[in-house]
Amino acid sequence: MSKRQKTSLMRIIITAAMFFPLLVAEHMGRMDSMPRWAMLIIFLIPYVIIGYDVVKKAFINISHGQVFDENFLMMVATFGALAVSEYSEAVAVMLFYQVGELFQSYAVDKSRQSISAMMDMVPEYANLETEEGLAEVDPDDVEIGSIVVIKPGEKVPLDGVVIEGESMLDTSALTGESVPRRIKEGEEIFSGCINGNGTLRVRTSKEFDDSTVARILELVENAGDKKARVENFITRFAKYYTPIVTLSALALAVIGPVVTIISQSSVKAQALSTVAASLAASGEIKNIISNWLLRACTFLVVSCPCALVISVPLGFFGGIGAASKKGILVKGSNYLELVSKVDTVVFDKTGTLTKGEFKVKRIIADTKAMKDLKTVGSSADDVELAILDIAAHAESYSTHPIAMSIIEAYRERTGERSEALLDSSRVENAHEDAGHGVDVRVDGRMVTIGNGKHLEKHGIKYEPCDENGTIVYVAIDDIYAGAIVISDTVKDGVKDAITGMKQAGVTRCVMLTGDRRPAAEYTARDLNIDDYYSDLLPQDKVIKVEELLTKEQEGRYLAFVGDGINDAPVLARADVGFAMGSMGSDAAIEAADIVLMDDDLGKIASVISISRRTMGIVKQNIVFAISVKILVLVLSAFGFANMWAAVFADVGVAVLAILNSMRTLKN
Amino acid sequence: MKKKFKLEDLDCANCAAKMEAAIKEIPGVINASVNFLAQKMMIEADDDKFDDIVKKAAECISKVEPDCKVVF
Repeated sequence: MSKRQKTSLMRIIITAAMFFPLLVAEHMGRMDSMPRWAMLIIFLIPYVIIGYDVVKKAFINISHGQVFDENFLMMVATFGALAVSEYSEAVAVMLFYQVGELFQSYAVDKSRQSISAMMDMVPEYANLETEEGLAEVDPDDVEIGSIVVIKPGEKVPLDGVVIEGESMLDTSALTGESVPRRIKEGEEIFSGCINGNGTLRVRTSKEFDDSTVARILELVENAGDKKARVENFITRFAKYYTPIVTLSALALAVIGPVVTIISQSSVKAQALSTVAASLAASGEIKNIISNWLLRACTFLVVSCPCALVISVPLGFFGGIGAASKKGILVKGSNYLELVSKVDTVVFDKTGTLTKGEFKVKRIIADTKAMKDLKTVGSSADDVELAILDIAAHAESYSTHPIAMSIIEAYRERTGERSEALLDSSRVENAHEDAGHGVDVRVDGRMVTIGNGKHLEKHGIKYEPCDENGTIVYVAIDDIYAGAIVISDTVKDGVKDAITGMKQAGVTRCVMLTGDRRPAAEYTARDLNIDDYYSDLLPQDKVIKVEELLTKEQEGRYLAFVGDGINDAPVLARADVGFAMGSMGSDAAIEAADIVLMDDDLGKIASVISISRRTMGIVKQNIVFAISVKILVLVLSAFGFANMWAAVFADVGVAVLAILNSMRTLKN
Repeated sequence: MKKKFKLEDLDCANCAAKMEAAIKEIPGVINASVNFLAQKMMIEADDDKFDDIVKKAAECISKVEPDCKVVF
């Protein structure tokens, strides 16, 4: 508890200790004989103790031109109660208002703390290697390329590359994954992880502000800036609610007595002036006016929208916190709101559903063609090697994963480890047709290598191969010579993740891929994916997602899941963009709306259920708070609800709503 | 220039919204936000008037909530 909260608590205790005996005495009739002024003074003492700052703030704010704030409303309401001799009500309103305020500030502090505890991964220092030995410095002061030492149990202060040592890393603060990860020399290390039992020497690759931990914290802190639609609704509601209730209170105070007098005159069938005169003579008019004044004051007590204004953002804050505990970064409350209504999830295949690790599975050689082309030895194996040799050289300039896998296979077959494996002097005039294939001269022969479309474009006849995987066709001097089958492996747990999403309410899973139809169909069926679009070039994916977006029903949303490496435009275009396996990838963190720090697709189902739960809690609060307030307003307008009910509608509802919101923090 | 400041004793969510609106009205401010839960204020404004603007923003804040202070 902060110092301010403690002072406030003391004031509440003192006031309560003074006030309750007075309240009991009043109810037992012990004070009936007391003159009004004496009662006023007795009750003013606790009133001043508990309410002086509210009254002070009200005046300061009026002098700044801020009317209609809660301090002002509380002041008017309690002054009104004092004026109509409802002394205990005046003190009670102030007392409970302060209790509510204290509770609010305590609850907010609490959730703030539990989130920062969750995000307890900020390194306090770095062990910088200097000429004079190790120095403990602020991570902020470490320059790129410096060498830091991470001792067992310490937090990794900055992103970098391990240059010495081996250890197990606890990445749970970043990824939510509790199984430690092995790290050794030459591997990348990210700030925010906790070192296990080995000592590591790391060459830093980023400044602290750009390092993983700083970026994540910034994301979570800024998440509150992107407001959800319900939050904006509450802001608008609060803007109109308070003035409307205040004006109604004024109307009640003025029109109420007039209405009572008119109705009495019609009941007694007397002239208005006669009734007014007789009421004034009997002193009855004073009772009528104070009765209505009290109702007006009751209105003012209910007029603060605090319960909503605080509990709704708090709910989202908690939901975002709960997600980040699991290694899911939600970049704004609005995305949490959208995710709760996602019914279509679109996946990029490579790197998302599959590992993106391509391997040559089979080489098919057209032996006859190869013989005619006179490029071969005698055995079948040699024909395969010859195809691989040509393909590897043809692809030698490409960095495409498919090309890399061919070169890798060639390396394995020849057993050659050296860098000088490929003889670049054999290759000339390479021309790449992105997404299709390569035309190149190898050993002076025209090699056309690529997918079926690429060969068709050159008018080359080939034997279509329908094996599962990516097929690279090879033609030499415009004659089909063979094909290489390359396949990718499905990631672990993808099937379960898709089942989980379906259970969480996703109705349709769609896969986008550059693969040919048979391969795409095979993967889709294997993973229980409802729909797939094959033979797509990178730019086609945006078009496909746009097409799917137009098919979405009103109020339903589409999510796209990618690895964030080359699908940034698609991530941006979808209602919600998920990037996965993003630890350390700036581009992915930048482009996505929701970032999964590790590779686990199962987290999509988790975030959907967290968002549903959060939205549920937020909606409960809105409905509960608004309906209680309206109920109390209506009842008090007709004189059925007293100020105690109003205090409940204000403070009680706020406290309950906050307690409810804090549930979002829990899983 | 874009800078973040910590706020102390920012106690009411409604006030944070009022502060944000007031700071956005200061001439030269490109964007501003007051985050109640993070207790932080972000100001994006023209470089040459930045210090001046921050001072004015601090005034706006104490106008809305006298107890609330900007930590420089």
